[in-house]
Amino acid sequence: MGFKFVVLWTDVALWALFASILAYAIRVSRHDALRVTWRRVLRDAPALCAALVMALFMLVTALDSVHFRRVLASAEGQAAGKVFYDTRTESLLDVVLSRQIGMRETTYSAPLGYLAITKQTVTRDGQTVRELPRLIHGGAHLTDPASQWQADLLQRGLTGAAGGLLVAALLALLAARALAAQHGGTSAALRDILADRTHYPVRALLLTVTIICLLAGPVVAWMGHYHVFGTDRTGNDVLVQTLKSIRTAFVIGMLSTLATLPIAVVLGILAGWFRGWVDEAVQYLYTTLSSVPNVLLIAACVLMVQVALDKHPEWFETGAERSDLKVFLLCVILGVTGWATLCRLVRAETLKLRELEFVQAATAFGVPPGRIMSRHILPNVMHLVLITTVLSFSELILYEAVLTYVGVGVDPSTSSFGGMINLARSEMSRDPVVWWSFAAAFGFMVALVLAANLFADGVRDAFDPRSRALRPRLQRRPAA
Amino acid sequence: MFSYLLRRVGYGLLILIGVNLLTFFLFFTVNTPDDMARLNIGGKRITQAQIDKWKSERGYDRPLYYNEAEQGTAKVTHTVLWERSVSLMMLNFGRSDSARSTDIGHEVSTRMGVSLQLALPLFLLQLIVSVSFSLMLVFFRHTRIDFWGVVLCVLMLSISSLFYIIVGQYMFSRVLRLVPISGFAPGLDAVRFLVLPVFLSLLARLGGEARLYRAMFLEEISRDYVRTARAKGLSETVVLFRHVLKNALIPIITSAGAYLPYVFMGSLVFESFFGIPGLGAFVIEAISGQDFAIVRTMVFLGAALYIASNVLIDIAYTWVDPRVRLS
Repeated sequence: MGFKFVVLWTDVALWALFASILAYAIRVSRHDALRVTWRRVLRDAPALCAALVMALFMLVTALDSVHFRRVLASAEGQAAGKVFYDTRTESLLDVVLSRQIGMRETTYSAPLGYLAITKQTVTRDGQTVRELPRLIHGGAHLTDPASQWQADLLQRGLTGAAGGLLVAALLALLAARALAAQHGGTSAALRDILADRTHYPVRALLLTVTIICLLAGPVVAWMGHYHVFGTDRTGNDVLVQTLKSIRTAFVIGMLSTLATLPIAVVLGILAGWFRGWVDEAVQYLYTTLSSVPNVLLIAACVLMVQVALDKHPEWFETGAERSDLKVFLLCVILGVTGWATLCRLVRAETLKLRELEFVQAATAFGVPPGRIMSRHILPNVMHLVLITTVLSFSELILYEAVLTYVGVGVDPSTSSFGGMINLARSEMSRDPVVWWSFAAAFGFMVALVLAANLFADGVRDAFDPRSRALRPRLQRRPAA
Repeated sequence: MFSYLLRRVGYGLLILIGVNLLTFFLFFTVNTPDDMARLNIGGKRITQAQIDKWKSERGYDRPLYYNEAEQGTAKVTHTVLWERSVSLMMLNFGRSDSARSTDIGHEVSTRMGVSLQLALPLFLLQLIVSVSFSLMLVFFRHTRIDFWGVVLCVLMLSISSLFYIIVGQYMFSRVLRLVPISGFAPGLDAVRFLVLPVFLSLLARLGGEARLYRAMFLEEISRDYVRTARAKGLSETVVLFRHVLKNALIPIITSAGAYLPYVFMGSLVFESFFGIPGLGAFVIEAISGQDFAIVRTMVFLGAALYIASNVLIDIAYTWVDPRVRLS
């Protein structure tokens, strides 16, 4: 079966981003001072655990960022050699979840349920009765659900949890093996991990792994035969939607900050270096931009983009490409409207840096300004860029939900946390209450944002020594 | 002081002109008046005559930036840009683009009162609650209370405000039936409708603010004057409330002042969720109805309020810190 790759705008941007993260990692590993600082991030238990969670989310994003269209089976009367492609754009994640995507019900159904939630009139044995019909896919393998359902759930859940525990235990053993050389044998390493006497907070990391495995195990065990998080109004599996929303959140959170960087850094350095009228002009620009209420400015831009997209249907081949372009443009808009804060920071830092000896020396040696800015100033404001990027990541994810609610966020066809919450508003007032897609969005979003926040705090503490003093600390009891 | 304020207001006017040019460019160049006319009249077949009629009714039937047909200064003044800008600066907002064509100025003035009823108590309560919560954390620093308090803050700021609203509405209005789900009534009745949004908004912003204020207080507490005050034998409470709080007021005013424009503009999300007919809900309606005249007006108003609140913040600095001189 053939297929062709579809390269979406956000895919390109995301892969470029992953590549640049990799390049940064290589640079860190070769750079002594940076390596020490990043090790400090990893020695911080919350930051390390958060990094693990973020990495898992990133894996889902990466899987969901390889898109292709399948070749349609050639129909009769079709010219030979001409290939038609499916209009549906799929990603690798869709292939992994193909079973769940195929398990489509007619409408809402509760998590792990085998019955629909609204009664229907059915004719059975010549009699019309109103009852809750069985779901098409959820629990379809049960012959007598009323008696088997609970036992089946329990059995699968326990099997899954046991599997998860096994994986966690294996990982713990692997970690102990890896540390064996430093701690004098595997069992000594295990004891040290348990007592939290390792250089990196391995115990906390393994605890996080165990929790993730314990949660994921049953979900994996159930999801072949049930809708773990129920289904939405059109009968689609909520779990699939939630997983697909992760990519949207990542795209918005990462690409938007990426879009701010060139403007903010270049203008900030120029303003701080040249001062005078350049500084005045840049200050005027960002004061103007930041004086407009953010949501309004974004709304204005998004409305414009929408009109432009409606006027040019020839820009995209499929609906997926259109909604993707919209997400991409939303990121650009968020970037173009949101550079003021970082620019202000970079400008202030440049003003400070240009008076320092090493810059003065470079000026005295006759190094041209362009070279000074790129070689001496830019590397020294990068920590600001890094801190701002990680800090704004979680804010942007929360912001996406608000924007989608206001009606200027992503397309309804793109699954996103904002869209799920938006729908949840009416679902919560139904009877019976449809709480599951709201709860699923809530759970995943809090996990993602919390991880991002904790990671950002770790990065800030490592790069900005002043903030380390503000950490809440528990005074350790002296060892008995 | 007076000349300083004059300069600030002058710079503010410059900024407003910039904002106006920006929005004008966004709204009229990307989206010509013809497009807007088509959008607002609706329907498939629209004749040029209909479009021209719509444009002349709303005064969009002139060239955008430069009028070739006129003489002298009229080349510039008889354009959409000039007329729109001047009328905005004169606070004459005109009528909305939609079919109902409401008087924007009238809407803004009535709705601003409603927004104020929600936002002003919220603003004051927010300040009191966040400051006292963070002061408590600082008072108990290096103890479990501080540690878990900060953990709670981080958790709370990781939750979207939409979750607070949806869960809060469900809990307090649907299950417990304490307050109406949404709506608004003028006069004292408004309290019933406003209690829940104020409470939820407090909750939604508490995490972030308390953490921020805690950091400010801790920065202040490591200063020399605090050590001196302790050395004098003052109790920790007196040190915190009389010395630290007073000195931390400047950063607190800076961060709280950022909310000042929204005291008048209202909160988009909270107003529309709770059906409160304030300015925030007005904006949401305008965005979903693609009414550009209203959005343009609100952008202008928001910028004007931002500038005004910045001047107010500066004045407040001199008020809390006698060392600050505006010049």
